[in-house]
Amino acid sequence: MRIFLFIAALLAAPLCAPALSPLAPSEALALQPDEILKDPALEARAREISKELRCLVCQNQSIDDSDATLARDLRILVRDRLTAGDTDTEAVDFIVERYGDFVLLRPPFKNSTLILWIGPGVIFAIGIFGVTLWHRRRRVAVAAPVAPLSADERARVDAMLAEKPDQ
Amino acid sequence: MLRPLTLIPVAVFAVLAVVFAVYLWQVGPGGKDISKIPSAMINKPAPQFDLKPIANLPARLKIPGLKTADLKGGVSLVNVWASWCPPCRIEHPVLMNLAQQGVTIYGINYKDKPEDATRFLDQLGNPFKKVGVDNTGRTAIDWGVYGYPETFVVDASGHIRYRHVGQIYPHQLESLILPLLKQAAQPVTDSSKAGSAGAGGS
Repeated sequence: MRIFLFIAALLAAPLCAPALSPLAPSEALALQPDEILKDPALEARAREISKELRCLVCQNQSIDDSDATLARDLRILVRDRLTAGDTDTEAVDFIVERYGDFVLLRPPFKNSTLILWIGPGVIFAIGIFGVTLWHRRRRVAVAAPVAPLSADERARVDAMLAEKPDQ
Repeated sequence: MLRPLTLIPVAVFAVLAVVFAVYLWQVGPGGKDISKIPSAMINKPAPQFDLKPIANLPARLKIPGLKTADLKGGVSLVNVWASWCPPCRIEHPVLMNLAQQGVTIYGINYKDKPEDATRFLDQLGNPFKKVGVDNTGRTAIDWGVYGYPETFVVDASGHIRYRHVGQIYPHQLESLILPLLKQAAQPVTDSSKAGSAGAGGS
């Protein structure tokens, strides 16, 4: 049972991490003042969308984070789409149509990404299965009934017990 | 005593080791550049655009602007370039070579100053049949461009068949570009689809 507690603790650890890091990175805006929309609601939506889109130049930053020219152009494009009346999904789809799923920092759940999403769970399940199996076998081995001593063995034990220790 | 179950971890390790080795080998020196992203535009029609010619072109450079309709009617290369982009400058002789072989090359001049673009073409020669100016970068985004230069192979129906990120090296002319142009002259087949999406590298 202890091993399961240990695994549970490991799994829970990342959940506690944000609480352990009070020094959250301060917001260094890549966003330039001239890009910001007048409508705060639209601007807030644009910020949220930008955080989900990969900058294709830096590839490990969102366009909201990146100072690359392309990131700026894409930020402005997202804002233009929203101003033109696009929903959030439509604005994202507009970019995905041109750059593919790679532009999404959160990969979508579909056939080609099945291994990505299901894989870790499957491997974890196999691991749990293996550990359980191993545990059960060991317990069976420990708990297996011990055969009683045969008459011959009994006689030898008695003889040993009867021996006087050497002085 | 070796039971079959004991061999499972060893087998898993062996398989993983082979997979990792193959991937490492691919990205090793002279190998595949994994920062290159497959284009989402393959086998789609080229985006709609209508771009003006480079402003104040001298009479010796008569290059009209470029629009989507121009791409129909024959296989062509569409090259996204700028005078400020060093690899574009290095790549230019390759484009000149292609143009001399009779390949139709169109240009999209990305966020450039007209006088700089003119000087670039004056110095290095003009391989382009038409060049459209993209000052806002919107047309480049419509093509899914993220680095410069980028070169697209467009077939006679105006569909994008291949995207090359970065400069075309001289040795890639024979090994990559010319075969692709030949392939683009054929109608789309399943094998060409598979080839165009994954091919590339340097």
